[in-house]
Amino acid sequence: MSFNRDNIRNFCIVAHIDHGKSTLADRILELTETVAVRDMENQLLDNMDIERERGITIKARAVRMKYTSLSGDEYFFNLIDTPGHVDFNYEVSRSLAACEGAILVVDASQGIEAQTLANTYLAIDHDLEILPVVNKIDLPSARPEVVCKEIEDVIGIPAMDAPRISAKTGVNVRDVLERVITDIPAPKGDDDKPLKALIFDSYYDSYKGVIIYIRVVEGTVKVGTKIKLMATGAEFDVVETGYMGATELVNVGELHAGEVGYIAASIKNISDTRVGDTVTDAENPCEEALSGYKKVNPMVFSGVYPLDGAKYGDLRDALEKLQLNDASLSFEPETSIALGFGFRCGFLGLLHMEIIQERIEREYNLDIITTAPSVIYKVTLTNGEEKYIDNPSNYPDPALIEVAEEPVVKSNILVPSEFVGNIMELCKERRGVFKDMKYLDETRVELHYELPLNEIVYDFFDALKSRTRGYASFDYEFMGYVPSKLVKLDILLNGDVVDALSFIVHIDKAYARGRKIAENLKENIPRQMFEIPIQAAIGGKVIARETVKAYRKDVLAKCYGGDITRKKKLLEKQKEGKKRMRQFGTVEVPSEAFTAVLKID
Amino acid sequence: MDRLGVYIHIPFCARKCPYCDFYSTRYNKETVSLYVDALIRNFRAFSLENGKKKIVSIYFGGGTPILLSPSQFDLLLSSLSECFSFSEDIEITTEANPSMSDKNKFSEYRKTGLNRISFGVQSFIETELRSLQRTHTSEGAIRAIENAYSAGFDNISADIMLGIPHQTKESLSSTLETAGNLPLSHISAYMLKIEEETPFNSEEIIKTLPDDDTTAELYLHTIETLEKKGFLQYEISNFAKKGRQSRHNLLYWKSSDYIGFGAAAHSCYLGSRFAVPSDITSFTENSIQGKIITDENPCDFSEYAMLRLRLTEGLSLKEAEEKFSFDKETILHRAEKFRKAGLVNVSDDVISLTKNGFLVSNGIISDLVL
Repeated sequence: MSFNRDNIRNFCIVAHIDHGKSTLADRILELTETVAVRDMENQLLDNMDIERERGITIKARAVRMKYTSLSGDEYFFNLIDTPGHVDFNYEVSRSLAACEGAILVVDASQGIEAQTLANTYLAIDHDLEILPVVNKIDLPSARPEVVCKEIEDVIGIPAMDAPRISAKTGVNVRDVLERVITDIPAPKGDDDKPLKALIFDSYYDSYKGVIIYIRVVEGTVKVGTKIKLMATGAEFDVVETGYMGATELVNVGELHAGEVGYIAASIKNISDTRVGDTVTDAENPCEEALSGYKKVNPMVFSGVYPLDGAKYGDLRDALEKLQLNDASLSFEPETSIALGFGFRCGFLGLLHMEIIQERIEREYNLDIITTAPSVIYKVTLTNGEEKYIDNPSNYPDPALIEVAEEPVVKSNILVPSEFVGNIMELCKERRGVFKDMKYLDETRVELHYELPLNEIVYDFFDALKSRTRGYASFDYEFMGYVPSKLVKLDILLNGDVVDALSFIVHIDKAYARGRKIAENLKENIPRQMFEIPIQAAIGGKVIARETVKAYRKDVLAKCYGGDITRKKKLLEKQKEGKKRMRQFGTVEVPSEAFTAVLKID
Repeated sequence: MDRLGVYIHIPFCARKCPYCDFYSTRYNKETVSLYVDALIRNFRAFSLENGKKKIVSIYFGGGTPILLSPSQFDLLLSSLSECFSFSEDIEITTEANPSMSDKNKFSEYRKTGLNRISFGVQSFIETELRSLQRTHTSEGAIRAIENAYSAGFDNISADIMLGIPHQTKESLSSTLETAGNLPLSHISAYMLKIEEETPFNSEEIIKTLPDDDTTAELYLHTIETLEKKGFLQYEISNFAKKGRQSRHNLLYWKSSDYIGFGAAAHSCYLGSRFAVPSDITSFTENSIQGKIITDENPCDFSEYAMLRLRLTEGLSLKEAEEKFSFDKETILHRAEKFRKAGLVNVSDDVISLTKNGFLVSNGIISDLVL
């Protein structure tokens, strides 16, 4: 089949979590015979363990499928799977920019939910054609007519003829594919114009170097083309270019305007290939880069330390390898008196942080300790010097601080009107400043708040969901620094400050937080041979105190019929268990205790 | 190797106790008879290979060794005396379930050469015995001890269990009081440990147990009470009238050699630790019992010190230096924090655990010598 732009469709699928996005993608892959049935693993697109377990998509992914329509014409479908969390909003926006349309999947029994709306609006913002689909019609509680009406009323797009499907059983999935052809426009573009392609993702392959996923907007890219990445200025010769098969890359030697595919160009460093950047021909460049590019900066920082100090080198290797696939992860070495040598890592948000930590532990088999996440504070010293502090242990002596400032974000919260009170209460607790509120329709409200970033990095998203029964959606962007009454809260174990547990907090919250952390630590530090006082202090002043009592009984009484080996092994096992603990003087602290500090609600 | 003991495992029980994870199977007359034959085969095989070794102790453990008849004991002991040379003051112990209390039967057992009985009494409180699902009664246990004594056993031990369901300081006092008035020369007071693969490892049982702090109190109370009754502590869980410490158990704690016969029996012999597989069929069918090495690095300083620290006499670093090389100063330095906390005594390079130290001995031993 020769190249014909009119027979290409580029689209993504948007849905609320659990409405069946990945299952539909699987069915489409089956129907287009992109994947042999025997190779089908459930939810092929989400192939990271973490993604499958959490039911979320972390990395964007794309696959090309060949579809023969009922009228006998052949089409190429490019399905781009997108992440769905606020931490990755920018990545999502770039993936959407690579498509002409989106399949909107709505659960036939649950109807429209907050995430459906947030993602749909994002797609509409990118001028995508929306193809609504009502899923799970096999459920007894399905009410497809009502849901279609809801889509028309709330989103304002025609939906009464939306395909009613069951992705699980496969019913009517072919209708969806036919509607992709009729409803989603073919890409536009001119092969003869200078090359202009959007990077919507990249990853590192140990044989080919960085593989970049692109959508060609104008022009053609071929093996041998000298490309230039416009934001970074880096230049490379294309070694391979082609499309993404379901299980492997297929090198076809050239990509035309309108196509989605990949480029391999012996690129060593993933930081050269930023998501959102424009690829052009170095010898015949386009005049203007594509709009919408921005450099993504980490917002949340945390110390990451190997549990076993000897594994420092392994941890560095792991971070370097993760960074190959994730340019938004930053790290640099730091030292803690309590934890030894480790790294201060920067993340896009809390989910991103959790994912990286989990991947270090799983994929690299390293036990790590992470310190409480922190944002970057700005302090102006009495001598006029300005400092940015991403590690609480480096927070200057209060006597030397003229002004302390904290980062504030503009947030945008979408919520059904019945929960407005809950949201206002939550934002007030989190020191939010109310800006405005507007009714999008009778039932949905959009609220704007300015919120200190350090109030949302811990658990704001969870709190938001739990107070709105999962209906709220939330988005934010950095606004700037504002002066704030900040203090450094220290935690002392057995009278000694544990630097890795220190954090910066607004003075009004310091007492409550200090008390809560002391309690959490008491819960998480096992009783030991000696009593352990736990204190929270600001400056020299103790504001909270707890005590872990000494344990009384830890003895192997029985004789086990002369089985001395068993006794020895039990003791050794017990000792092994202690290796999961960090030793501070005579106090042993399990790594979980460091995370317990985060649990403040 | 100056002292050698023999351990014989008799893995049969009329009924398995729900907290016990030792190897045992249901009593069956035919199997037991095959088992006795196999034991004798193995005594002979051992003496053929090692010569007629002198032994100071024989210990029948279980299981329930008292399920063997007096004539079976007779058979085993006479065979043992052909294969080993008995020291003059040899201690020959059998464990016994106090549900058997017949005086005449005890006389028959005594005649076989057995000279020490260790009764699994556990408690003299009926409700506690029931919660442990023991088959004997408090009264039966008293009768068993008295009858064994009048049948000629003048060296009798009783096991008492601490930290059992619903136990209180008062109920324990009553048990100890009863024990103190009986003709006992030795008491082992074990704290119940919930073993993973046992029926006792269930939420329902665990919630009825005294908590760790209470059990610690029970333990200290036991030491104090028994001392008043003339039972002096010599090991974490063992108490004896003067001169009546269990010689067999001391072999374990003092890293002496012992040879184990029977399925699941453990040995420490010529610097190696090994066990017979826990399988009665393979034991009775094979001409010679199997051997599994249990520890690749046995009998080193850590092990020696771990065992010595269980004894009230403690670990003499001077004595240890004659056998092993280790960093004495580091150990003394580490011991200092425990000494300050009243958990160990240190004098003349001897480290010994105090009563409170015994209660947290795992942590102390790990820190000092593992």
